[in-house]
Amino acid sequence: MRLPFRPRPASLKGVELELRSLERRLFLKQGLSLGALTLLSGCKVADDTHVTRALETMSRWNDRVQAALFDPNRLAPTYTEAEITRPFPFNAYYDEDEVRNVDGATYRLEVSGLVDDRRSWTVADLRALPQEDQITRHICVEGWSAIGRWSGVPFHVFLDRIGADRRARYVGFKCADDYYSSIDMATARHPQTILALDYDGAELPPKYGYPMKLRVPTKLGFKNPKHIAALFVTNDYPGGYWEDQGYNWFSGS
Amino acid sequence: MTMMPARVMPPHDAAGPSRPVLHPLVVRLTHWLNAAAVLVMVASGWRIYDASPFLPFTFPESLTLGGWLGGALQWHFAGMWLLVTNGLVYLAYGFASGHFRRDFLPVTVRAVARDLWLAATFRLPHAPGAYNAVQRLLYIAVLICLATVILSGLAIWKPVQLHPLTALLGGYEAARRVHFLAMSGIVGFLAVHIALVVLVPRTLPPMITGRAWPAREGGIG
Repeated sequence: MRLPFRPRPASLKGVELELRSLERRLFLKQGLSLGALTLLSGCKVADDTHVTRALETMSRWNDRVQAALFDPNRLAPTYTEAEITRPFPFNAYYDEDEVRNVDGATYRLEVSGLVDDRRSWTVADLRALPQEDQITRHICVEGWSAIGRWSGVPFHVFLDRIGADRRARYVGFKCADDYYSSIDMATARHPQTILALDYDGAELPPKYGYPMKLRVPTKLGFKNPKHIAALFVTNDYPGGYWEDQGYNWFSGS
Repeated sequence: MTMMPARVMPPHDAAGPSRPVLHPLVVRLTHWLNAAAVLVMVASGWRIYDASPFLPFTFPESLTLGGWLGGALQWHFAGMWLLVTNGLVYLAYGFASGHFRRDFLPVTVRAVARDLWLAATFRLPHAPGAYNAVQRLLYIAVLICLATVILSGLAIWKPVQLHPLTALLGGYEAARRVHFLAMSGIVGFLAVHIALVVLVPRTLPPMITGRAWPAREGGIG
């Protein structure tokens, strides 16, 4: 195939040049298809264990960078009531018709790990603690975002009540819907991190995590576990449902 | 009015009689590292976009990288380090060496219009080592797109910690769209860039070896 605007070879010298440029074009073509093969057909590359391990290493590095970037005093932007997204989207690792119904009457929040007081908490116990209200943006790992209003116990207040070791690295959560996750202690103590009991002025409905969910406006949505049944303070990396599958653990905003 | 570009001589001839260095090593190295980083970022970015598209289309999965959202995010947040550090090295070199000033400037509306007309009528001469006004404009534009894609990327990665930056771009949702637009600009540039290399293949070897291939008689459109 001839390219446009290429003078027709008039001599042997011309033929030689033509061949040379053909070679170059083939080289370019092969280069492009090699690039397409190795870079654009993701699955083949991503299945390679060395690549997977390298990407995991980078993700751990990004955890450290994000922890360093995290300013414990910087507040997430807040919004007005008019800006609340209605209806607030439902999101979980299961469909909405599989939402767990937790019995508030028998509910007990279990507390364990590096804490002084391991007694469990009823919903009424949690409501008796100071409450705080926030209208913040929930940002999903998928990219979409929605503004919602949550209220509940500032988590740092709760952590102080149970005598949590402030030098511990992680707080882990186990949920009634078999979800689990964990966050760093600095984020746990952030003023806007709350154990939410209400959504938009009313008791948290089942789809938003009744009776209690963690609201962390400085992290992505999947770091906001719902239906929390137990929490623990630890120095052993607890991972999480999505984190163990490859989502970045820190996932800070 | 002259119909030739202002300069047809290589700007920094390394005194090789017929094979001057057209692209210094730093430019070549950062060019190819950038090419790899951009491919990774675009292909993984498309997979991330597909998880929650805000336009009425998704990218074909076969063109994306990462296999699933989590994998794509890992590629994206690994690739960003290459894109940014390599970009900073190139920027530092470009300013310090005079590469930007010498090779990309000046670029005037009149010169762009003239060279566009010459290109459209297939009379634009290709002078090894010197960029015509359209090339200069495109290179500056893609550099601005790359800067924008990085800044908007930071804004949607850290909308709380870097809130002033996110606010500057109109908030989280607006920054997402800016990020997409900047990506589109880069992909558009790539389409033109690669098409031109295919049309004028002798521009490729100098970006690999640094040196021009033996000169040919006559110009190529």
